[in-house]
Amino acid sequence: MSAAEASSPATMVPAVGTGQRQPPATSRRLSTRFLRSELKLIFGRRRNIAGMAVLAAVPIIIAFAVRYSGSRRGGGDGGFLSQATNNGLFVGLAALTVELPLFLPLAVAAISGDAVAGEANVGTLRYLLARPVQRTRLLAVKYLGVLIFTVAAVLLIAVVGVGFGLALFGAGPVTLLSGTQVSTAVGLWRLLLVCGYIVVCLAAFGAIGLFVSTLTEQPIGATIGVVGLAVISQILDSVSQLSAIHPYLPTHYWLSFGDLLRDPIATDQISHGIVSAVVYGVIFLAAAWARFGAKDITS
Amino acid sequence: MSSPVTSVTRDAPTEPVPSSAVAGSSAYQFAVTSNGLTKRFRGGQVAVDHIDLAVPHGAVYGFLGPNGSGKTTTIRMLLGLVRPTAGTSTLLGGRIPEDSQQVLPSVGALVEGPAFHPYLSGRDNLRRLDAADRTADPATCAHRIAAALERVGLSAAAAKRFRNYSLGMRQRLGIAAALLQPRELLVLDEPTNGLDPQGTREVRALVTDLAATGVTVLLSTHLLSEVEQICTHVGVMHIGKLVAQSRLTDLRAQTAQRIRVQTAQPDRAAATLARLGLADIARRGEEVTALVGSARPEDVIAGLVHDEVPVIAFGPVPVNLEDVFVTLTGEGFGVSG
Repeated sequence: MSAAEASSPATMVPAVGTGQRQPPATSRRLSTRFLRSELKLIFGRRRNIAGMAVLAAVPIIIAFAVRYSGSRRGGGDGGFLSQATNNGLFVGLAALTVELPLFLPLAVAAISGDAVAGEANVGTLRYLLARPVQRTRLLAVKYLGVLIFTVAAVLLIAVVGVGFGLALFGAGPVTLLSGTQVSTAVGLWRLLLVCGYIVVCLAAFGAIGLFVSTLTEQPIGATIGVVGLAVISQILDSVSQLSAIHPYLPTHYWLSFGDLLRDPIATDQISHGIVSAVVYGVIFLAAAWARFGAKDITS
Repeated sequence: MSSPVTSVTRDAPTEPVPSSAVAGSSAYQFAVTSNGLTKRFRGGQVAVDHIDLAVPHGAVYGFLGPNGSGKTTTIRMLLGLVRPTAGTSTLLGGRIPEDSQQVLPSVGALVEGPAFHPYLSGRDNLRRLDAADRTADPATCAHRIAAALERVGLSAAAAKRFRNYSLGMRQRLGIAAALLQPRELLVLDEPTNGLDPQGTREVRALVTDLAATGVTVLLSTHLLSEVEQICTHVGVMHIGKLVAQSRLTDLRAQTAQRIRVQTAQPDRAAATLARLGLADIARRGEEVTALVGSARPEDVIAGLVHDEVPVIAFGPVPVNLEDVFVTLTGEGFGVSG
């Protein structure tokens, strides 16, 4: 065979001929299969189950501690813990308050930090993308997974708190922060609003986590980085000399959920908190998308 | 590089396949093409340097090169994982990355070793990948997973956690994942890595079986023997460049043919070969070899008989591809810096 012949690629075509490629069937455009698989991965993982057990343990500890501490230290300080004795619902609120500064962000950071970096770390990211999973779709499913986990974590604390609270203290009129008394049903509704607000705040935090997760192949590093961010933000928020930047801190409005427990509801801080969360969420989801969409996957 | 073999790389298809060809059931001549495909990583290191691949439909294409020669980076670019610095490529007639959502479902891939979630079982890992595939039918999922595991001999270990798999089992699971759906193209990056000799033989037989059904296989390897055993075509990578690409048989044919004469009187044999005009005559013990050149072997035999050389054996020297590649790359198959 001459070099001239060899130089024509056409001569290399074997007798089989040309290929006929059928277009892949993409009929089920809105299949939730991948999302369900993602949820199975999140909620089936032993590490995450242990983390949720810790989240659920806090309201139980609070309930028993308050119930059996014996001495009632009057309601003078107006804290949630002392109010728990008035109505079981407050155990749920107390647990959310206690867990919001660290435990809940830690849980959300663990899931969101692991979202992309975890797949990159074990190498499954390249196989998912080659299946193919569009990068935008992968991010969307990953973020939905983070959101659903966040909802589950917050509701878990609330439900366990309310359950143990009602069992140990019973139901009765709920005293709101403004002093008004409302029925248990209204109290439950307010608690649900609080859960919703906390989920919104943590959803923005999860978007930050997802972004950081696209920057690294080390999920633990991403998680620690994001938790560190939450802690630093809270420290800065407590330094009064820095009050000028306080409204821009991602955690600044988190504890404003107390406003939902007044009568009437004070919407000022709450609406600021929601705007802050939406802005943070949009910015960091966009950043994650821009970063991940153009990234070379070498893991 | 001016050897005739290298010239085959120059004329790979220069026209990118139009994306309109992807929309429907389309015909393509080459399962994989690339045109000037280049990857320069940050820091300036050129991992892949203007390569023009042409993998014909139905071929078993051995993508041969030492570790670090740019094979895996090329494969990552072909699958849309890494963005080329320059150049284009197509898979099954579709451009990458523009048409990757259309063509990749028909491509099974094993890239730089298997990778799975360690705490999931082999079966659950395959289920996870299948769930990510929009084109996969969930109704047949269990059946397809069982069939793929059976095919690579992993059925017994399906429920075991991936963490507890041996290297060979992991490699098999990776191949099973590539076989979850009927594919038209398999991109297998070092598929026999970590397998014992028996496993290696099984995987090679599997690749041959699949190729017999019309599946195109792009198989990257640093093992020349693997290419010789199962490939129909070969592309040779060397420090980021594709230094040769052709049918295996053509490559062998282009190698200068030598004959060998075994005789008790090698001096007389050598003299005869010289008289007949054969070049590069070499003597080793009772064996004399020489380049055939334009001479016909039968004339050489006649000449030897005429000169009364006591010939014990006469024949062609088997073409040693390793020599071909050493000639092409100027070095053996060590690790490229």
